[in-house]
Amino acid sequence: MGLEFATGRLADAVNWARKFSLFQYPFVTACCGMEYMALWGPRYDVARFGAEFPRFSPRQADMLMVVGTVTERQGPVLKRIYEQITEPKWVISFGVCASSGGFYQNYATMPGIDHVIPVDVYIPGCPPRPEAVLDALIMLQEKIQGGRGWSQRQYWLERERERLGLGGEISGSGQRSAT
Amino acid sequence: MSRTVLDKLRQRFEASIIETHDFRGDETATIRREALLEVVTWLKERNDLELDMLTDMTAVDYLEQGNDPRFQVVYHLYSVSKSHRVRIKVPVPQDDPVVDSLCQLYKIANWLEREIWDMYGIRFKGHPNLKRILLYEEFVGHPLRKDYPKERRQPLIRRPEPEIAQVLARRGKARPLPTATE
Repeated sequence: MGLEFATGRLADAVNWARKFSLFQYPFVTACCGMEYMALWGPRYDVARFGAEFPRFSPRQADMLMVVGTVTERQGPVLKRIYEQITEPKWVISFGVCASSGGFYQNYATMPGIDHVIPVDVYIPGCPPRPEAVLDALIMLQEKIQGGRGWSQRQYWLERERERLGLGGEISGSGQRSAT
Repeated sequence: MSRTVLDKLRQRFEASIIETHDFRGDETATIRREALLEVVTWLKERNDLELDMLTDMTAVDYLEQGNDPRFQVVYHLYSVSKSHRVRIKVPVPQDDPVVDSLCQLYKIANWLEREIWDMYGIRFKGHPNLKRILLYEEFVGHPLRKDYPKERRQPLIRRPEPEIAQVLARRGKARPLPTATE
């Protein structure tokens, strides 16, 4: 636990703090929600990873969990919720439907939420086992610690461009523009 | 009991009935489009029939079977007090897909007819608010018609093109979507 502090970089310390205090916003649309509820219970106990607290306003959250099938009609809603989340933010795609559309190949279903928002960790399964979700959470924590989350990278890229005097727009759903 | 529904219907609307079908009390009458409103009003208001509930309403596209009136609108009627059912089918041609609305008789017909308009593109004459109910207004076409391409997507929103390409590349060896012929 003390080891991360010992590396001496402030960013590492901040990321260490971030990874154990994920405030999640659940975007639950389908049957995966049942497994998601199991995750909260005492048996699997997501609180062990510091991510047990669901906020029902995206403005108070920093991790978006998209749980279940997302239709094309929901696309703009999902995008708007993503934009409202405070930065730095992370996205977990829970189950095959959210990750790729799953077995739905039709006019209504979005073929993966990554066509609309950037995703950091994908969880396969229909629905995924709670263990798989915990595994994904650990993967996300590693990503956060390494500063490899999408929004973290966008932030870093922007700062680098500023430092090099490049300026201009960053292509990305983060919608930042370095000035 | 329910056997008599078809008999009575046949007696009263001999000229409007195209065919009837009866399988173990599961009764169906195919009637002409022009007579729909008259027949259903009669079925609902007659004291010994009292088919006062429209349990479901849907449509069928017989494109692949090559039926001449391409569509059929199907009504499922139920009598709460007499507990019998009857199914009414109405053939609808492709070049003039219009049926009389049942909104005046059954309140539920409002949404069911909007759904049929949304999915099959069949219009309902006399409907107070005939617009899409499940899909979005920007959607072009009617997806449950058999000639709607299975792979056709109409996204409302997408990330910028390079990001999508990146996403698909990362998905890597995923199999391509099957084509319609497979």
